[in-house]
Amino acid sequence: MIWLNQLLQGILLGGYYALMAAGLSFLFGVMRVINLAHGSLAVLAAFLLLMIDHWLGVSPFIGLWLMLPIMALIGMVFQLGILERSLSGGPLIPLLATFGVSLLLDNILFAIFGANTQSFAPDIGSLSYGSWAIGHSIDISQLDALIFATALVLLVGMHLLLTRSQLGRMIRATAIDAEAASLSGLDPRRVRVVASVMAMIMIGVAGAALGMRSSFEPYAGGAQLIYAFEAVVIGGTGSLWGTLIGGIMLGIAQNMGATINPHLSQISGHVVFLLVLLVRMRMGSLRLGNFLRKRMRPSVVSA
Amino acid sequence: MTQYYGVERGTSRTRIILIITSCLVVALACGPALMSANILDHLIVLFIYIILAISWNALAGYGGLISVGQQAFFGIGAYAAIRLSYYGVPVYLALPLGGAAGAMAAGIASLFMLHLRGGEFAIGMWVLATLIQQLVSLDPLIQGSTGTSLLALNHFAPASRRADTYWLSLAVLLGLLGALFWLLRSRQGAAMQAIRDDEEAARSIGVAVAPTKRLAFVFAGLGAGMAGALWLAASITFQPGTYFGVQWTAYMIFMVLVGGIGTFEGPILGAILFFALETIFGATGVWYLIGLGAVSVGFALFAPRGIWGALEARFGWRLLPVGYRLVLGPGFARDKTASSIVQSDHHA
Repeated sequence: MIWLNQLLQGILLGGYYALMAAGLSFLFGVMRVINLAHGSLAVLAAFLLLMIDHWLGVSPFIGLWLMLPIMALIGMVFQLGILERSLSGGPLIPLLATFGVSLLLDNILFAIFGANTQSFAPDIGSLSYGSWAIGHSIDISQLDALIFATALVLLVGMHLLLTRSQLGRMIRATAIDAEAASLSGLDPRRVRVVASVMAMIMIGVAGAALGMRSSFEPYAGGAQLIYAFEAVVIGGTGSLWGTLIGGIMLGIAQNMGATINPHLSQISGHVVFLLVLLVRMRMGSLRLGNFLRKRMRPSVVSA
Repeated sequence: MTQYYGVERGTSRTRIILIITSCLVVALACGPALMSANILDHLIVLFIYIILAISWNALAGYGGLISVGQQAFFGIGAYAAIRLSYYGVPVYLALPLGGAAGAMAAGIASLFMLHLRGGEFAIGMWVLATLIQQLVSLDPLIQGSTGTSLLALNHFAPASRRADTYWLSLAVLLGLLGALFWLLRSRQGAAMQAIRDDEEAARSIGVAVAPTKRLAFVFAGLGAGMAGALWLAASITFQPGTYFGVQWTAYMIFMVLVGGIGTFEGPILGAILFFALETIFGATGVWYLIGLGAVSVGFALFAPRGIWGALEARFGWRLLPVGYRLVLGPGFARDKTASSIVQSDHHA
């Protein structure tokens, strides 16, 4: 029974990781860039929400609707000021630039907010501890369920947007071949700005989830980046669904590890990540994040 | 018109520089007899920074691999030295062996990590570093995140300990610089520089890309491992969180990016600059780190070749003969185009 409970909790935790990974996976799909500032941006979003809540005295769920537009704006600046410029500088430059941004963001947050850990748990009332009991030994946390549902809605929404809408077609076209897309009348720069804004909104939601379900501090970004990246890699080359599956596998691995020994929680997550790498190496298909390409089957294009 | 070409490795200027460098090395070797304890301590730190910079540059500049997890080998170097010393290995033997453990770990990690590319490799290395940190923290000797000390060093008098650590650092630095210098002049080095300039083109003319990258990766692991062991010798205490912290990689990136990625001299210049900045602004704490971040972003976006790369491109400077120079013989008009050909031989 305890294992069943751990399995369930792992799946729920996986929803959080998938939420955290969605923005990373999406940006990589569109621009082939692994954004090393991803975790720091999520922590920045959490601190923005904290400031909004303190200034206006509103609940994080209301503050979120102010924070997300700010994140969208940051996405625009980030794209035009950093990513667009670094994309033309060869494969190494985006990594160096985004790593520099993470260093910059982490330390600016530290300079403003200090080393204290923050959390929204006190601001969201009974949601932070409320749970539904199933049988004797299984409790489903309401907040974890909400985060899981959010991740699901976000991923389904992204999937529909990419496969069914005009904007989705434009993004996929830019991802596959920006030059060809511009020949057929698209402006890849503008499409990439839109993609970056969308990624930043996902990161904003993930940052809010981070602050609600646990605590954060200025240097928490690195760990978030690592979890997000592990979820993307474990989920593999597939679609945004792969990200969800990867997040769930990571969550299950961590929870199972923690049941054996509390020290093993993170270690078992990392080990599963490395095992997946090894298995995929054997199978010879290590490339990840091709979901935008894979979706471009002719039938979808003509849709 | 017949044109005559010759290929030479150095110019008379590089030979003069080599002589000056040799004199500097002799002077540095006499350091403990001439300099105060404070200066010696600072020089040890500077040597370690240069080691970190050249090893990260070997990986990123010549191997084309950006890693944000080199702290894995830095930590392993220090941890292995502590473990070996605990098992009774003499401490000044345990330290270089610790560095060698960094190279060994890199050799093992190369078997699977080098299948990752670009950003996947970059964060994959960070994951590996985090995993190794967590495993090391499980060792009872390390006492979790509390850490431990290299107690064996306490048996030496402070003055002789400082001198020994200084000489060891200098020896490791010169050894690594020499090895890199020799490597870059060898066949492998030509392959490395070809990969730096254009990986696909290098592959297409038959450069064995994978073994060359592995060589760069192991060299970088050796350098980071040695740096970790030397840092342990200088500071004596070991906390996993400090040694496996990502800030080491941030420093390496800063030094290499500012100095000049993919050049021999640039990272050394970058390390000296970083050391100077830290000495001047280090006390401002977080603002200093914000400055490092801002400068890193600025160089990545606006001057990706770094200071030395820019100087080299502008003046054709080359202090150490690691490449080849095309020399035009008589009969070739030394007009502007010709001299620009001469200068473009070493950098894409």
